[in-house]
Amino acid sequence: MSRAGTASEAYAPGDTVALFIPCFIDVLFPSVGKAVVSIFERLGVDLAYPEDQTCCGQPAFNGGHRKEALELAARFGDVFEEYKWIVVPSGSCGAMAKRFYSTLDPGSKGATVGARVFDLATFLVDVLGTVDVGARFPHSVTMLDGCHGRRELGCTDAARRLLEAVGDIEYRELPAIEECCGFGGLFSVKFDALSTSMGSAKCANATATGAEYLVSGDSSCLMHVGGMLDHRGSNLKTVHLAEVLASR
Amino acid sequence: MTIHFDRKQVHDDLHSPSAPAVLDSSMRRAVEHKHAAQALIAWDELRERAHEIKAYAIEHLDELLVRFESEFIARGGRVLWTQTADEAASRFLDICRTHGARSVVKGKSMVSEELELNARLTAAGIDPVETDLGEYIVQLAGERPTHIIAPAIHMSRQDVGSLFERKLKVDYTDDPEVLSEIARVRLRQRYLDAGVGMTGANFGIAETGTVVVVENEGNGGLSSQAPPVQIVVMGIEKVIPTLDDLIVFLQLLARSGTGQKMSTYVHHFLGPVDGRAMYCIFVDAGRTALLADPVARESLYCIRCGACLNVCPIYRRVGGGAYGWVYPGPIGSVITPSMVGVEDAGELPFASTLCGACAVECPVKIDLPHLLVHQRARAVDEGAASSPFENAAVASWTRAMSSSRGYSFAVLAARVGGAASSMLPWISPAARAWSKERSMPKVASMTFKDWWRER
Repeated sequence: MSRAGTASEAYAPGDTVALFIPCFIDVLFPSVGKAVVSIFERLGVDLAYPEDQTCCGQPAFNGGHRKEALELAARFGDVFEEYKWIVVPSGSCGAMAKRFYSTLDPGSKGATVGARVFDLATFLVDVLGTVDVGARFPHSVTMLDGCHGRRELGCTDAARRLLEAVGDIEYRELPAIEECCGFGGLFSVKFDALSTSMGSAKCANATATGAEYLVSGDSSCLMHVGGMLDHRGSNLKTVHLAEVLASR
Repeated sequence: MTIHFDRKQVHDDLHSPSAPAVLDSSMRRAVEHKHAAQALIAWDELRERAHEIKAYAIEHLDELLVRFESEFIARGGRVLWTQTADEAASRFLDICRTHGARSVVKGKSMVSEELELNARLTAAGIDPVETDLGEYIVQLAGERPTHIIAPAIHMSRQDVGSLFERKLKVDYTDDPEVLSEIARVRLRQRYLDAGVGMTGANFGIAETGTVVVVENEGNGGLSSQAPPVQIVVMGIEKVIPTLDDLIVFLQLLARSGTGQKMSTYVHHFLGPVDGRAMYCIFVDAGRTALLADPVARESLYCIRCGACLNVCPIYRRVGGGAYGWVYPGPIGSVITPSMVGVEDAGELPFASTLCGACAVECPVKIDLPHLLVHQRARAVDEGAASSPFENAAVASWTRAMSSSRGYSFAVLAARVGGAASSMLPWISPAARAWSKERSMPKVASMTFKDWWRER
């Protein structure tokens, strides 16, 4: 299924990129946001960070709370309205803005502005045309592919190409990479036994690669699988794609 | 009848060493076969075409059903329109009584499960005999099919061997060929004794009034043709405009269902022959409720291939029994709330991570994750899914997220609450569920927002 986001117009040098830093990354994993800033600074891209941004509304949307999701979609439209390029280091929150706002209210400001959202990997590779961002990460890695990024945004290949271009890295393909890790937002606590069963399979596949790091463009999936790995005392460490790309 | 996603089944299955492994490996094999079978044809174009044909057919259901009916009658068949499963079962019994049938041989049919036809027939003193091997096994076990096309997929061949030993008084064997032969021999006489033969319908062709039934075992042909009376029980969404359209679906259905290029048998039933009688019972039973919903309507495009079950990480782990009604897996979680009522089945669409693997496999391109979210929203709107506590929590969360001040306050609350639940995870059910198998994430000492302001 090809749902890959494509740039409707080309990025012109000097265009400002607005950072959409998901709320849970802001609060739990701020180093991911800082890594994104450092990548763009290295590439000479002008950045803005609309400080009024909060939550994209995905928890409400996935939970069936349409009214609340619509409110936050509308708010997203207001906050990011003035920006042509919006980049998010999360396939899941990216899919919310780019794909799901339009199913909530086609033609709304939220949907129109949401359509300008790109996940980090797609923006770097498909919009900027940059595969080598000048990073160096002398470790073996394997990739946990978030389902929304993979199937709604089609960013898997871009992420893989970015990783393979990192200096001194050793990329190892994750067996059954297309299978969901079992996070699913509230699913992870409403159906916790199923969620951790799926997570166990992901942990086993990731550990079997023998890689030092499990990399993902989605902090939410990493929080779940990383939480399981940590709980089990695994040596496999988790790291966001942006943090790998920011390393030198 | 309230249907819950069976959490107990989840726990039993997850802690049972054999059941999920049997299911999981079967499902993986099914997906591999499907991918191999679809690789050599213009798969994407075919499924696009199928989606368009179904979209047209569902939008023109009224015309197409009437056209089918008039063609079917012109060939000497009789058509009965029924609104509920109960009414459809009653009409079925009427026909059996009219023809004095004491037993009914049945080809594989999911819609007959909706009618609870076996129970209804038995209660009326008529003996129902399932002739599809999987259905035969499930009927012997007194269970319900757990998969749309592989009814006994939850059982290993050893399970079947023990079942046959117990119920049919034969020596134990787990050799599939020998087991099939045992069932075959027993079924042979039943075809000849039956007063009525019943099949479902994979497709009804409007332009010709043809009932198309696809199968692999030959039992569908025997069930329909050996007895003097044939009854087709057909969901009203099964009608498609033309025979040309059928070619598109036959290619998709066999490949998606079983990984075959073509099903072993494709029957075209063109009305009764040689003085026999043939009936077609149109069954609504909640399909018009799906039709009336402009979003959920797309689920009526389903051709019941089972591909979305095979690839679903939830289905693979729990099997069909956990879904509590006739149709399991992603498609079941979408259609059941509309067919039996969202107030009774509102929980089903929540038993998904919305990973979207089903949508990739669906041969008619039903956007299943989108429909799951839609059914979740209907359940919440009807008060059939979320607790008042959850509703209040989402409302106040949204209020907080609607202003910068509210957001800052929420961050503060997360810092306090997060620290508390890291140390004392049992204070909240969510934190408890999370931390049983996972470490709790920690709130950072400085948010990105604060860092950006200070840089």
